[in-house]
Amino acid sequence: MKQLIIAIRVTLAFTLLTGVLYPLLVTGLAKAVFPHQANGSLIQTNGKTTGSELIGQRFTRPEYFHGRPSAAGSDGYDGLASGGSNLGPTNKALVDRVQADLKKFRDENPTFTGPVPADLLTGSGSGLDPDISPASADAQVTRVAAARGMSPDALRQLVAAHTDGRQFGILGEPRVNVLGLNLALDQAAPFKK
Amino acid sequence: MTGNGWLQIALFFLVLLALTKPLGAYMAKVFAGERTWMRGLLRPLETGIYKVCGIDENGEQHWTRYAGGVLLISVVTLLFTYVLQRIQQWLPLNPQGLGNVGQHLAFNTAASFTTNTNWQSYTPETTMSYLTQMIGLATHNFWSAAVGISVAIAFVRGFARHSVKTLGSFWVDFTRATIYVLLPLSVVGALLLVSQGAIQNFDSYTKATTVEGAVQTIPQGPLASQEAIKMIGTNGGGFTNANSAHPYENPTPFSNFLQMIFIFIIPAGLTYTFGKMVKDTRQGWAIFAAMSVLFFAGVWVTYYFEQAGNPNLTKLGIASAATDTQSGGNMEGKEVRFGIANSALFTTVTTDASCGAVNNAHDSLTPLAGLVPLINIELGEVIFGGVGSGLYGVLMFAVLAVFIAGLMVGRTPEYLGKKIEQKEVKMMMLAVLVLAFTILGFAGAGANLGTVGNSLGNHGPHGFSEVLYAYTSATGNNGSAFGGINGNTPYLDTTLGLAMLSGRFLMLIPLLAAAGSLAQKKLVPVSAGTFPTHGPLFVALLVGVMVIVGALTFFPALSLGPIVEHFLMHAGRLWS
Amino acid sequence: MATTMTPPTADPVTLMPKKGSRARPLFDQTIMKRALKDSFVKLNPRTMMKNPVMFVVEVGAAMTTILAARDIASGAGIAGFTFQITLWLWFTVLFANFAEAMAEGRGKAQADTLRKTKTETTARRLVNGNGKTETVAATELRSGDLVRVETGETIPGDGDVIEGIASVDESAITGESAPVIRESGGDRSAVTGGTKVLSDWIKVKITSNPGETFLDRMIALVEGAERQKTPNEIALNIVIAGLTLVFLLAVVTLHPFAIFSVNASGSGTAPSVTVLISLLVCLIPTTIGGLLSAIGIAGMDRVMQHNVLAMSGKAVEAAGDVNTLLLDKTGTITLGNRQAVEFIPLGSVTEAELADAAQLSSLADETPEGRSIVVLAKQKYNIRGREVAAHEAHFIPFTAQTRMSGVDIDARRIRKGATDSVIEFVHEHGGTAPTELMDVTERISRSGGTPLVVADRERALGVIHLKDVVKGGMRERFQQLRAMGIRTVMITGDNPLTAAAIAAEAGTDDFLAQATPKDKMDLIKKEQAGGRLVAMTGDGTNDAPALAQADVGLAMNTGTMAAKEAGNMVDLDSNPTKLIEVVAIGKQLLMTRGALFTFSIANDIAKYFAILPAMFMTMYPVMGKLNIMGLHSPQSAVLAAVIFNALIIIVLIPLALRGVKYKPMSAAALLRRNLLVYGVGGVIAPFPGIWLIDRLLGLLHLA
Repeated sequence: MKQLIIAIRVTLAFTLLTGVLYPLLVTGLAKAVFPHQANGSLIQTNGKTTGSELIGQRFTRPEYFHGRPSAAGSDGYDGLASGGSNLGPTNKALVDRVQADLKKFRDENPTFTGPVPADLLTGSGSGLDPDISPASADAQVTRVAAARGMSPDALRQLVAAHTDGRQFGILGEPRVNVLGLNLALDQAAPFKK
Repeated sequence: MTGNGWLQIALFFLVLLALTKPLGAYMAKVFAGERTWMRGLLRPLETGIYKVCGIDENGEQHWTRYAGGVLLISVVTLLFTYVLQRIQQWLPLNPQGLGNVGQHLAFNTAASFTTNTNWQSYTPETTMSYLTQMIGLATHNFWSAAVGISVAIAFVRGFARHSVKTLGSFWVDFTRATIYVLLPLSVVGALLLVSQGAIQNFDSYTKATTVEGAVQTIPQGPLASQEAIKMIGTNGGGFTNANSAHPYENPTPFSNFLQMIFIFIIPAGLTYTFGKMVKDTRQGWAIFAAMSVLFFAGVWVTYYFEQAGNPNLTKLGIASAATDTQSGGNMEGKEVRFGIANSALFTTVTTDASCGAVNNAHDSLTPLAGLVPLINIELGEVIFGGVGSGLYGVLMFAVLAVFIAGLMVGRTPEYLGKKIEQKEVKMMMLAVLVLAFTILGFAGAGANLGTVGNSLGNHGPHGFSEVLYAYTSATGNNGSAFGGINGNTPYLDTTLGLAMLSGRFLMLIPLLAAAGSLAQKKLVPVSAGTFPTHGPLFVALLVGVMVIVGALTFFPALSLGPIVEHFLMHAGRLWS
Repeated sequence: MATTMTPPTADPVTLMPKKGSRARPLFDQTIMKRALKDSFVKLNPRTMMKNPVMFVVEVGAAMTTILAARDIASGAGIAGFTFQITLWLWFTVLFANFAEAMAEGRGKAQADTLRKTKTETTARRLVNGNGKTETVAATELRSGDLVRVETGETIPGDGDVIEGIASVDESAITGESAPVIRESGGDRSAVTGGTKVLSDWIKVKITSNPGETFLDRMIALVEGAERQKTPNEIALNIVIAGLTLVFLLAVVTLHPFAIFSVNASGSGTAPSVTVLISLLVCLIPTTIGGLLSAIGIAGMDRVMQHNVLAMSGKAVEAAGDVNTLLLDKTGTITLGNRQAVEFIPLGSVTEAELADAAQLSSLADETPEGRSIVVLAKQKYNIRGREVAAHEAHFIPFTAQTRMSGVDIDARRIRKGATDSVIEFVHEHGGTAPTELMDVTERISRSGGTPLVVADRERALGVIHLKDVVKGGMRERFQQLRAMGIRTVMITGDNPLTAAAIAAEAGTDDFLAQATPKDKMDLIKKEQAGGRLVAMTGDGTNDAPALAQADVGLAMNTGTMAAKEAGNMVDLDSNPTKLIEVVAIGKQLLMTRGALFTFSIANDIAKYFAILPAMFMTMYPVMGKLNIMGLHSPQSAVLAAVIFNALIIIVLIPLALRGVKYKPMSAAALLRRNLLVYGVGGVIAPFPGIWLIDRLLGLLHLA
């Protein structure tokens, strides 16, 4: 009985400590030191929020670099439905989906031959992956350049400028932030929507 | 597999190795009540809590009372979280106006967070209010971790003490674990994660207009504070559905690196704490070494088969070999920023430990890579393992290994100067039985039920793997999933919740009983006839015992899941 | 400690002694015949239930019997397979029973031999001390009765000789044919019922009631009637039972898993009950489960073969755990007879004068030391033993209190004995000891000898140098013990200097000098308080408390009844070094269990590779890839695994009965070796074994 009273008191005390004081302390510190990150690394264009640097968006137009297939929500890149496809390696739906996307990719990028980078035709675990691999960006350069009427070489330079190497030169994989690249692209070579 | 990939894995291990001793030594001091550099700052908080809660700082407890404390705090907090979910609609800090949680799901979630499992049958963004996340779930991340650490410390005291009846005070251990270990690490960890882009605010969700003109709702919330303890306490329950694959939870490769270190840091440190407490740090390093062997084995297998990719996709014309500009392999369910190496490493780490956070979709792993998390959990999560639970789990195997070794050298087995006799052996076998019975029993009962079949996201042997993984993860208190299975049905919510409770408390009580018995024993002096438990031979034996006990128990089931799927995948067989 | 027998020599390498007269061949014809019969008797489920592993096998066998009957009746094509599996499952149970029966049989055979000596004996009981005797049956004797036993008669019960001296043939108990002397008083007074007086007569006070005699206890012990499971055996049983449950669960749940798989693949059938039972029997640790009790019984039997009677298996097991070995110096470490090697006169005394006095004082001294003084004096100075009857000679015997002996002859008062005692004697007579005396005695002590000071009234004449002779090979044995982690402590009544020198010469780790029974007891308690297990030997009544206190107390058969009852083992050869062998047997007992357990579990890996592909190939033909042994059909794979599992029990019976080889080495080295042999070996061995059986089955068209 004495232990039960202790247990209840401990629950209340620690709820206050770890459930209220701790997150408030962290929020205060975070907002003071890293306000941009703490608030979601949001991108404002003309006073309007266009998204977050960290959250991928759906791109379908040929003028834009496309991100990876997304299983988040019915159309993909739904911020409220993060998650992967959860398709197993022997699931026919996976093979069918990749096959269909592959056909679409080949149709959209007829000049590209050879094996397609794995990341471009597979869905991410979050469904919100903001990145593609440099190889996947490169695979789309011809199409985007043609759609925007710019030279592929100039576009490659832009891609290179928006390619992040491994963090600290060792961690992770080289990647291209699709939203960042596309926003830069709109600035460098705007097109009529 | 690439050179850079292995370099990252090696770097991870070296950083872990470097942190083990300082943190381990610090924890040894904390739980002995000795002076540490944090004491000046936190001691008033500690004594304040003792006063407010009516805890006697010197109140030593018999193992039954210690276990009683563990059970009481667990029951009280479980009810607290259950009730909170059921009434969240009427409580503040619910900017999205989310409704009350249904009873099966609320039970499953309460059991899940109380047992350090953090299995999530729900999509957090659309189910849990900020208040529920903060005081109903994030709090458990601290408590369940503190309970685990306390039990491990009590268990080690069974070896470290002799000729006494008590194992320390649960309430004091619980308080110290939270205040001196979990909280400071979490504050620092949360800020580091924010620096990488993890969010921390109380704003309502952001409505963004995308470049192509669509509306994208971006969730917000006090994420980083929960993220840090989710890793440090090996909880794994994500603020978002995608868990550590979500860019807000795990924005960069560095945040990913930090998260993996956070998962292992306390379990690794505890091996040193253990060595310190039994006054022979070699004993702790031997345990660390045995864990490391299995860790590298797991990483190697996962990495190898993930990089090898899915032959059914390669056949279509997808690049599977890694190049400088893309990672190749099986990228389904993985983030570009992490690639194959960091995903394979994370998968191994999170299931070696009882964390269960995922930075990639385990359901989409190639069969033999998916076998690794299953085995990791089925071994009892003893490869570094959960905070506390990893140490007491591995010590349970060490006792079994010593028992066999003792017989083989013709001596009544002894470990750390304590004779291993009937009672200890009985308790250890009980723990092994609980693990096997809960996983196989529930999986066997559910495998052919229609309600379970309808929940499956994949079919064929992979569907079987989903069922097996669910009960394995629940029993092992891991919480990761082959996510294709829809766990939110009355049957699965209930049985998985029961599996979690069984895997936690039916393991923990026999272990505390064994600790109580060990503490009462006399210390046997070491001689040449004593089998040394700090050399490579013991490490090899310990690894052998863990693998053989685990493999023999689960091999038949695994052969009908991942193993046969591997052969079938190469034979090109698909299921729709 | 006086021992009259020469110890059997031990094999210096293995520490295992050569077997005594009780050794019998491992597969004795009559024992085997009886064991065969017993294997069937033991099929009684009530007996089987004591062994959970084999009980599971029996239940499985019973179930497949029904299935086989059904298959045969219905003429199913599978009938031959089911029948064969059934047959081999029953064999598995029978083989395990046979192993146990074999181990028991050896004890029973021994008990039968002992019982023959217990044939109707009559006793001549003395009636109320008037010298008359009445003839009664031996079984009527009660503790406290007095009996007279004469030449050619069998001693009717255990007791102490209170009058007379006789040579006794104890071969019925000890197996040693050389007769021993039993006499009243001292530590050689105990006689055992069933032994035979060869010459002279003795009067014996009976100390045991019918049914409680040494012989009765011995019969019960060797027969295993009182056998209780030892602590480690129980612990191992828990592990085995636990694993059996785990495997039972793994196999039972395999059924729903297989149904899922059949539905998933759309082909094949779930494995039959026969196959599931086969898998279960192959997985549960039947090898160790079947041999466990045989190992325990055989271990006790091995102790018996070394002519040691252990009162419980627990004592033998404890012997394997011993940390500290207390060994009496005399008779154990040294030959027991110190010999005079030098006379060292003091001051003006001549050597011859000293030798003469020394000899005089020793004339009545029948101890080996005393005799050696007489002999040395004779050899060196040609002083002959002389007729002392002419003089008024009065010999003073040695006592523990005075620690001197000597002679009062005419006016002379010659004493020899421990330094301080003799000095005190000199002082009492108004003399003083010359200063050089201490130098001399200390020099002798330091060299490991014993100084015996000789004085005549107030004159200290000189010192006799007695030297202890350490037995050959002791140093090597102690070294081996050290390697095993056992500390040896030499117990002696000598002074610390002497003790130190002998301890150093013999190579013991420590010594206890000037030990009284209380010191010995204190030492044991101190060691035990430090968590150590202590073994000791003893034979005297004053050893009894220490023998009882020690974890392993080995009493000498020549010793007193009190000692024999206090200890938990009795060495019938009365050879104190036997303790070392008992330790080795104790270790061997545990090792055999550990080795077979490891082997048993390691075997499972191969069995999985034989049975699982066979089970699952119908639903998933790709599972054939796990058939790494290339077994030719699913049925033969299952059958081969079951047959291997049964045969391995038979193959390992000799190992279980004989025990695994034990060489003294460090625990780490021992473990490495055993893990390699029984662990790694256990993983590998079944692969060729099962493969071979599969081929044979194919050749014989059995599957």
